[in-house]
Amino acid sequence: MALESQLLQYLFTGVTVGSIYALIALGFVVIHNVTGIVNFAQGDFAMLGALVAVTLTTRTPIFNRVFVADFDLPLPLGIVLSVLIVSLIGAVLYFLAIRPAKGASIVSLIIITIGAHFAFQGLALIAWAADPYGLPVFTRGGPLEIHGAILTRQNLWVIGVTAVILLALYLFFERTMLGKALRACAINRLAARLMGIDANRMALLSFVLSAAIGAMAGIVITPSTFMGYDSGTFLSLKGFVAAIMGGMNSATGAVVGGLLLGIFETVGAGFISSGYKDAIAFIVLFAILFVRMSVGVRKGQSQFEEVGM
Amino acid sequence: MNARHVLLVVAVSLLLVAVVAACAPAPTPTPVPTPVPPTKAPEPTKPPAPTAVPATYKIGVVVSVTGAQSSLGVPERDSALMIMDQVNKAGGIKGPDGLMHKLEVIVEDDASDTTKAVTAAKKLLEQDKVHTLQGASGSPMSIAMAAEAEKAKIPMISYASSSAIVYPALTAGTVVKIPGKPDHTASAGETWVYLARLYGAKEEDLMKANPDIKVGVVLPWVFKTPQENYPVSSVQADYWKAKGVKKVASLGVNNAFGLDSRLGMKALYKEAGIEIVADELFQPGDKDFRAQLTKIKGLNPGGLVVHATSAEGAAITVQFRELGFKIPIVHNHGIGAQAFIDLAKADADGVLFPIGKVLVADTLPDADPQKKVLLQYIKDYKAFTKDAPISTFGGHAWDGIQMAVTCFGKVGSEAAKVRDCYEGLKNFIGISGVFNMSATDHTGIAKESLVLVKIEKGKWVFVPADKYKDN
Amino acid sequence: MKRLAGRTNAIAFIVVAGLLAILPAFLANNYQVSILILVALYTILTVGLSLLMGYAGQISLGQAVFYGMGGYITAWLTVRAGWPPLAGMAIAALITAVLAYIIGIPMLRLRGNYLAMVTLGLNVIFELIVIQETAWTGGPDGFRGIPKFSLGGLVLRTDLEMYYFAWFVALLVLMLSLNIVNSRVGRALRAVHGSEIAAETMGVNTAHYKVQVFVLSAVYASIAGSLYAFWLGIISPSVYHISFSIELVVMVAIGGLASVWGAIFGAATVTLLAEFLRNTLPHLLRGASGEQEIIAFGVILILVMIFLPEGVTTGVMLRYRRWRAGREALKEIKKSAETMGAE
Repeated sequence: MALESQLLQYLFTGVTVGSIYALIALGFVVIHNVTGIVNFAQGDFAMLGALVAVTLTTRTPIFNRVFVADFDLPLPLGIVLSVLIVSLIGAVLYFLAIRPAKGASIVSLIIITIGAHFAFQGLALIAWAADPYGLPVFTRGGPLEIHGAILTRQNLWVIGVTAVILLALYLFFERTMLGKALRACAINRLAARLMGIDANRMALLSFVLSAAIGAMAGIVITPSTFMGYDSGTFLSLKGFVAAIMGGMNSATGAVVGGLLLGIFETVGAGFISSGYKDAIAFIVLFAILFVRMSVGVRKGQSQFEEVGM
Repeated sequence: MNARHVLLVVAVSLLLVAVVAACAPAPTPTPVPTPVPPTKAPEPTKPPAPTAVPATYKIGVVVSVTGAQSSLGVPERDSALMIMDQVNKAGGIKGPDGLMHKLEVIVEDDASDTTKAVTAAKKLLEQDKVHTLQGASGSPMSIAMAAEAEKAKIPMISYASSSAIVYPALTAGTVVKIPGKPDHTASAGETWVYLARLYGAKEEDLMKANPDIKVGVVLPWVFKTPQENYPVSSVQADYWKAKGVKKVASLGVNNAFGLDSRLGMKALYKEAGIEIVADELFQPGDKDFRAQLTKIKGLNPGGLVVHATSAEGAAITVQFRELGFKIPIVHNHGIGAQAFIDLAKADADGVLFPIGKVLVADTLPDADPQKKVLLQYIKDYKAFTKDAPISTFGGHAWDGIQMAVTCFGKVGSEAAKVRDCYEGLKNFIGISGVFNMSATDHTGIAKESLVLVKIEKGKWVFVPADKYKDN
Repeated sequence: MKRLAGRTNAIAFIVVAGLLAILPAFLANNYQVSILILVALYTILTVGLSLLMGYAGQISLGQAVFYGMGGYITAWLTVRAGWPPLAGMAIAALITAVLAYIIGIPMLRLRGNYLAMVTLGLNVIFELIVIQETAWTGGPDGFRGIPKFSLGGLVLRTDLEMYYFAWFVALLVLMLSLNIVNSRVGRALRAVHGSEIAAETMGVNTAHYKVQVFVLSAVYASIAGSLYAFWLGIISPSVYHISFSIELVVMVAIGGLASVWGAIFGAATVTLLAEFLRNTLPHLLRGASGEQEIIAFGVILILVMIFLPEGVTTGVMLRYRRWRAGREALKEIKKSAETMGAE
């Protein structure tokens, strides 16, 4: 394999992996923008989305083989239903855990979302046991070969879904009243409320939206990476790093951050050490935070010191 | 009613649901016969009073029902509980005293965590006063438990494969004199057995050359049922030689299982003259291996060796096919579960791996000594678990528990006698192989217990040694 | 008022120490002793984290790193370099302190979400290093052959001896922490927690105090890690997984933020609850295992943070005081109403 095609292969792989991080990062950004909360259970939305889709579309024994889910829905219908169900779960999370803790400190809110992460994981473990599950690829057919590097159809789906979601979010935030109201909340909650925007409803909406994005992310990667009850943890971690790389409050930034992270990781694992692949994300995170912080100090303040509601 | 009240109600009902879900009949079609109360078990060493019920024989099992190793722990737990039901339905174990003793198997979950494995082992040894300890599913947990078993002088059988469990490892950094060769500096996980293989010497000779290294060949109280990783690597090496492949790449999980498997590979491939051009790693639970595979592709190896368990192994196989490799892919025995085929689907076709015979039991020749036992186990296990898929892991537990049942029947429950009985087991027909234990071999099975299996159209197919070339 | 608090603490201290001293007489076996050794170790860890979270308002999801550093450095020094255990433990604590100081200065400028993620990241990297650098750490199989703790000719061989030693250290740590809390540093810390800007205006160097608490919590964790290594004789990477760091946060959440005594309660509740579930669930429902434990932790965390965000002990005490103050006030009102009526 020539060096050129190898580099191209790293790029393809990096972009595919990065798209996944980007999707999770988008979910983080939507909630963080509106509520100031970092939702540690974000990766679990992806896990739940994938496992619900699997249950709806293929014969799956659940609850310790007590029930057998035999819906056998066609894949597109299963995906739509799964996204809806997970959105509902997002709403339930908001009503049960976030809304009642109104006014809690940032440390309390972190602990609450960590608690939610545990609860989701445990429930998934009861429902689907510890086995990983896969989905069929969305479209059958051979891979594309460009200069000796391979790009599969599922990779194209992953990249495509990321692009479509980014575009849809852009249109939603820029072109609809509701989207503008959400943005208003993000910029200044009090002012938004004075303008008659219901901040609680906006917070609810942000949870629903980001659960839906998370579910879609989980579904689209499952054909090549599989999903089990504990897959959410690392998706959350990497997605959060991507979101910080992108500035934590910009959707476009989150996508760019995700893609860059994916490429760094892939190239790093290839050229430095595959054993330390998972460390790369965090080393990048440290570097970015410290660089930004020193820039912020020079400017007289640091945006990273001001994190809160 | 405000939001907080609603929340309380929901939280309580959520916990209730959790409990009810757990109440749902677990993989046991029949209820427990009558669990013995957890405390105040009759003292095993005292001879039973004439009117008393014969003492229950107790086996304590620690496996990973949850956590990273749960795909191993669940079939192990179910196999162990299945034997308890079978034995007790038949009235118990007939001890050397001629009385029928009930069998109790106490299963503990270590959640794939060393601290929990140790406290569970202590609980079983100290509180439940078990007569033999078994488990754990993973190697580090087994190693930590082995120390407790040695201290308590209770025989233990591990279900994990790392040779470091039964063979104490040399301290990393120790300089070992090799007769007739330059000195060797031991790195992590290396044992006398490893060095013996690596330098083609005998363990005893190496130990004689290094009298100041106070590490024995085996731990006296510790045994294990899974194959070593050496015979696995040896079968793989035979395959590469038959195919004429001289250069292979390796992709392995970065945990105890992967470390041991890679050590086996390094020792035996060197012997066979096969060069390892890449030794890539990944973390347990990783989902994406395309970075490592891309690097491997650039090196143009003649084959790929994977050291992984089902979930990661399947993802590697799928992504290996995605990237358009045209070379053979050989796994180790970590993927011996239906889950691998279910996940990798069509991409699993063509995968080769050395494994115990349970997966291909029905295609074995009738003359095979294990065939009858294997078919019976598969039938019983399917019935007991309501059709859960067969794996080799359940077999490791079956072997361990059956060894204990056999030895209780022969010598009773006294620890030292059970230990001697384990060490003296000969021609013991188990699921993982035909065991022949000895004072220097606490695993008891070798290369003969393994077969090369190929996945064809989603089924495991036995590949005889003379057909390696064509697969 | 302050002296009263001091006296209450002193009495509580003597009572707790006395109870712990006679407790082994009521324990049936080494398994139960071992569980209480773990409670002692987790108490040491929890006190540090509780001070960090409660007083400095900082969350660390990476305490397992310092716990692990204590373990691995001690193991290396005693096994490879042949040092006596106490020296190994002390140097491990010192190295951990220096490292915590170096990473603490830039890190503690971050707040809330970012700090949580950075500490989590540190934990992930630490675990990778421990697995990867097999020549130093023993790799995934773990570091074996760590000697028992000994001082002079005295060797702590049995679990019971280790029990007394672990609790002796834990009580020392508790005493030290109580002194810190009731000192000038403690008041400064409370000011930092209340309002950082206000504290800065009052001339409190907040960053300085935050780093000090961070280093203190790291040293505590390192000591607990050394004790763990001496006790089991083997340490392996799975012990220092991020899930352990998160479990420690659960202990703090239950024990109470900024509560020194709550640390024992939190550590004991989580450890004993896990063991209780392990011992009872399989007898109630066959085949039950870790799932319920995971959910229980999650739900407990959410409920505690919503209803008693200061932690169970602190929260209950606060509410009790408020209730009593309310009743007193009510009495006063009634009394004055009566006197007014009499007039």
